[in-house]
Amino acid sequence: MSDSIISVEHLSKSYLLGHRSVEGKRYVALRDVVERGVRNFARNAADLVRGRQIIQGDEVEEFWALRDVSFEVKEGEVLGIIGRNGAGKSTLLKILSRITEPTEGRAVLRGRVASLLEVGTGFHPELTGRENIFLNGAILGMTKREIRKKLDEIVAFAEVERFLDTPVKRYSSGMYVRLAFAIAAHLEPEILIVDEVLAVGDAKFQEQSLRKMRDQAASGRTVLFVSHNMSAIMQLTSRAIFLSDGGVEFSGSPEAAVERYLCGQRPEQGAQFNVENTKRRYQGTGEARILSLRFDRSLAVFKFSEPISYVMRVRAERRLGELRASMTVFTRDGSPAGNSFSQEIDGLEAGEERDLTVTLSSINLAPGSYYCAVAVGKGTHRSRRIEYDIVTDTLFFEVMAEETESGAMAEWTTRDWGPICFKDLAVSWA
Amino acid sequence: MQEAIIIEPRGRERHYWLELWRYRELFQVLAWRDLSVRYKQTVIGALWAVIRPFLTMVIFTVIFGRLAKLPSDGSTPYALMVFAGLLPWTFFSTGLSDASNSLISDSNLISKVYFPRIIVPTATLGVAFVDFLISFCIMIAMMGWYRFVPGWQLLFLPIFIVLAFLASMGPALWVAALNVRYRDFRYVIPFIVQFGLYVSPVGFSSSVIPEKWRLLYSVNPMVGVIDGFRWCILDGQSQVYLPGLLISVCVAIAFLWFGIHQFRNMEKSFADLI
Repeated sequence: MSDSIISVEHLSKSYLLGHRSVEGKRYVALRDVVERGVRNFARNAADLVRGRQIIQGDEVEEFWALRDVSFEVKEGEVLGIIGRNGAGKSTLLKILSRITEPTEGRAVLRGRVASLLEVGTGFHPELTGRENIFLNGAILGMTKREIRKKLDEIVAFAEVERFLDTPVKRYSSGMYVRLAFAIAAHLEPEILIVDEVLAVGDAKFQEQSLRKMRDQAASGRTVLFVSHNMSAIMQLTSRAIFLSDGGVEFSGSPEAAVERYLCGQRPEQGAQFNVENTKRRYQGTGEARILSLRFDRSLAVFKFSEPISYVMRVRAERRLGELRASMTVFTRDGSPAGNSFSQEIDGLEAGEERDLTVTLSSINLAPGSYYCAVAVGKGTHRSRRIEYDIVTDTLFFEVMAEETESGAMAEWTTRDWGPICFKDLAVSWA
Repeated sequence: MQEAIIIEPRGRERHYWLELWRYRELFQVLAWRDLSVRYKQTVIGALWAVIRPFLTMVIFTVIFGRLAKLPSDGSTPYALMVFAGLLPWTFFSTGLSDASNSLISDSNLISKVYFPRIIVPTATLGVAFVDFLISFCIMIAMMGWYRFVPGWQLLFLPIFIVLAFLASMGPALWVAALNVRYRDFRYVIPFIVQFGLYVSPVGFSSSVIPEKWRLLYSVNPMVGVIDGFRWCILDGQSQVYLPGLLISVCVAIAFLWFGIHQFRNMEKSFADLI
């Protein structure tokens, strides 16, 4: 207990929620409306007199955003916090940043805390870049002297030298975010609490800020880090906890926590997708049906340039002379990255069910999150093409960044360079 | 190692005032932000700070002095007397109405960053004080116009400025905190401020109040403040009613304590309610 810089014991937080009770009632009589209005008014007035919170709605329900959360963080440790939306991550960070108060339990933080729950909190659009640096810095707890000392560094990091005396409302959104992050990145607390700041900005900015986060972690700072970016969690953190429905579901190595998270993200177990009964967005001929898809590993994470391989279970509804598979890979924002058709192989007898191994070996996807659409059919883009069955929005996977020899993460600017890293580029003197 | 931060339900900050001192620069920065943003995209800019109190003074002088023919204090021009009362009143009323909305308009700060919340409404009082200083310059100009020379009483003015601060601070903190929870106060405040303008001796001298009611009248802390201002500025020509002043001071201090107490009770839940 004594050597941990943060200790959290049985932390809980509840909120009161209001509901509307009449639902599914076909006729709403004026009398009911008046009656309900009077009742709610009486309750609100009573709440006001007793100094309680006013809740809109007819029924009040207690909601536990966080329930009995305990953990310890040692000095210099980088703790990742993952979980689905609404799992309580942000509530936890808000309590630890002292923005809101817990309902039960207690937490002890031994050191100067800076929290970054949002990039650019308190920026004023009418003020210039320089003025906003001082404003935002002061809000984050820096003194004027500290800010003045770091002003040049901040400006250089944000690359806004020319616009320093322009109101930030004239900034492009990229400049705005860069400036905001630059200020926060130059805080020097003992404990840094960061919530999903990497989710904003373009890819270049994300990499820049990821690098800055790594520097912070390397300099012995204790960092609490919430992210939906699993490869960032695995790269940066030394330990991770997985929150689910307000409680700690798992705590341990980042890899194990990420595995739990990715498994729990879908109803299926592991990196397996049962698609037999899912609704099809595009109709095939129905001569065959894809029943399930399963990656060749339990965790849908691939190293950079590693082949992507999965097993597809197919049932033939009619006798098929030949069959080929095809797949399209999409980046997380929904744009297609590429497509490929396999060669045709021998088909199936009517009613037969078999596993088909599909391997995509040389796609060189850049680090990031992807998903696929897969199909079975015959013919390709070069001949007459017929699809038996098409499954979209499946096979979610992540590609992890490469580690270089120095241990740092290789960079890939997806926004500028696209999601594919071509295999080779040859040069020779002509 | 540094002192530990302990987070508990309903935990009292042990270093509340120390922390406030540590964040003193934020107070300056927020006040400066409000000031520099205020007159952006206006044509006459800071002139507004001069025109508004000046016009109010003219209207009051015409209505109370000329039409209603209320008496001035001693031999001072009615306009000067009105303006001497208007100085602390404007400070109080702008301070109160700005402070009451301050937490809500800074809601993005409240819900994303920790700092002692009390800084936000206090900084708006700082802004109101800058307005006060501008108005004070008009006062000096008007004295020049009327060739009016203040006496030694002027030396006591800082005391009454402090009193004006104290009297404004209590209600401002209380209302700011209440407004987070019950937005009704957003509509109540302009009404109270307007009402207060006629209840307080701004457009007239408090000597028009019948003697037997003056003690009760002084329960309004602004009565003591305004009377004090007039006594200091107008060469002692308006009399200070001492028992009344004492009551005003007590009420102001009691209200200040109450305001801080209420604010601290409510501030922990601001982020959840805002």
